[in-house]
Amino acid sequence: MNDSQRFTKTTFTQKKESREKWVKVLLFMVTLMMALAVILLVSFLVHKALPVLSLNFFPDIPRDLMSAGGIWPAILGTIYLVVLSLMVAAPVGVMAGIYLNEYAKDNWLTRLINLAVINLAGVPSIVHALFGLGAFVMFAGLGESVIAASLTLAVMTMPVVITSTREALSAVPMSFREASWNLGVSRWQTIRGVVLPNSISGILTGVILEVSRAAGETAPIMITGAAASITFRQGETVYYLLGEKFMALSYHLYYTSMGWKVPDKLPNPETGEMVPMTQAALEYAQAIPYGTAVVLLGVVLLFNSVSIAFRYYLRTHRKW
Amino acid sequence: MQLQRSKWKAFSEGLIEWTIRVSGISAVVFVFAIFIFVFWEGKGLLFSDDFSISELLTSEKWDPTHTPPSYGAARIILGTFSVALVAMIITVPFSLGGAVFISEFCGPRLKEILKVVIELLAAIPSVVWGFIGLKITSVYMKELGADAGVSLLNGAIILALMSMPIIVSISEDALNAVPDSYREAAIGLGVTKWQMVYRVLLPGAKNGLLAAVLLGMGRVVGETMAVLMATGNADNNPFSSDAPFLDLLVSVKTMTATIAKEMGDTVNGGDHYQVLFLLGVLLFSITFIVNLTAHLVIHGVKRK
Repeated sequence: MNDSQRFTKTTFTQKKESREKWVKVLLFMVTLMMALAVILLVSFLVHKALPVLSLNFFPDIPRDLMSAGGIWPAILGTIYLVVLSLMVAAPVGVMAGIYLNEYAKDNWLTRLINLAVINLAGVPSIVHALFGLGAFVMFAGLGESVIAASLTLAVMTMPVVITSTREALSAVPMSFREASWNLGVSRWQTIRGVVLPNSISGILTGVILEVSRAAGETAPIMITGAAASITFRQGETVYYLLGEKFMALSYHLYYTSMGWKVPDKLPNPETGEMVPMTQAALEYAQAIPYGTAVVLLGVVLLFNSVSIAFRYYLRTHRKW
Repeated sequence: MQLQRSKWKAFSEGLIEWTIRVSGISAVVFVFAIFIFVFWEGKGLLFSDDFSISELLTSEKWDPTHTPPSYGAARIILGTFSVALVAMIITVPFSLGGAVFISEFCGPRLKEILKVVIELLAAIPSVVWGFIGLKITSVYMKELGADAGVSLLNGAIILALMSMPIIVSISEDALNAVPDSYREAAIGLGVTKWQMVYRVLLPGAKNGLLAAVLLGMGRVVGETMAVLMATGNADNNPFSSDAPFLDLLVSVKTMTATIAKEMGDTVNGGDHYQVLFLLGVLLFSITFIVNLTAHLVIHGVKRK
């Protein structure tokens, strides 16, 4: 065997390496295909939504049997849902996270709680809806209302807050706590003075995720109080009472694409006579569901991006 | 200098700690409450004389608004599982391939980007996926020659895309959990990356990968809005005794979609209302078992 032969690849190695190359290309294609499919679908949505996407779409109420105008009542309803569910899910979820990470010992109760958190996250959204209907709408007597829907969402999104609070707390080094305890500081004072300030940004990431989740959910609100359409007069201030039905972005999207048909004719505002819609009005009406989808998607992705950016910032700027 | 804390401070601290403890067990309370409330609303029908659980599970006739009504959910249950099955068949190869690529084959930079993309995909609300299924993919299905755009296959494609991020991210975690010493030992023997993945990582991470698929399955079975909008909601039985055994282009109805669609038209406390709650109990039990199994499978890995 001469030197040049010694360093050439055998056919076995060549085969091995060419297979390696093909596998790499194939796996890359697979990954790319998944990403591309979604990007294509989303850009198609945006393309179809173009006729309605203007700044007037957001602050305007639906007009002419929902075939014109904007989606402000739906946006406002979603804000109500997010804020109200956050008011319940954030404190309870954060405290549950604190309990699990700071107080719980490794015993059967803790294992039970862990199991419950995992299962609570895995319960189908429609079962949460049934729970909301049984517990809040019927049993608690809240009726189909914003508050019942928000409480349902709060129960549903709580695992998100619990898990991320827990992760944020467990990232704080044990030595921080020990240093504090050695100074004679009590357990709760340590948590308040040392652990929470060092993990608050991580907890916030979870809270932001909760917001995005609550904004996007449809099934839990559709039988606990979301209304297909509520008519508002031009110029009227849009607001909901806590015990009232409401509109929400996610349900609006469902309703405008499933239950609702673009009307063929509209009453003329002066004569009251039914006149066919113009081509431009028809195009606008057909784009309304797409516009709603894009707005909903935008809201959810915005909150998630903020959460991801926050986490990235934390990872690069950690003090310890 | 006063070293003793005031009574009030000690009391308020005790109060806070108790609130924390109560919040700690809230998750357990909620899981039990969900089961009890959903069961409670449906129990009247369950124990009444003119209703049998075997009819619910085996009869194919679902006609709750007819008098006398018939509550046979067999087609609905079959519909649920057929959609979930087809979705998993589509998504598992892609998701596992993607997870292997992200975990082993791509550079750190691309890995970071892909992980963010996957996380954002996981955040897309199910109603938006349903809308895509209703207005975009179904149109292409029709153009390709299907009679009805919204069908089992259409719903399964949407569910496959939806469950992909969750399966990819859990599988990627599972692959990461395989100790680096295994990789080093394999590379030390002169194998290529693909041989290492195939012979070392996949067997080493098989429990985690199984759990990922199970969790994806749980998600798919419990998914409501996407199937409600993308599968067409006609109670057909997609399975047949002669080839090809499963009709992909037929419109099916799932348990979740049935509850969501029909609940609005029921009388509170009526039979139809109660039977939907019973479907909810069934759904809760199925996902509970799937999640529990996945949890136990993962736990087995950790103990090792």
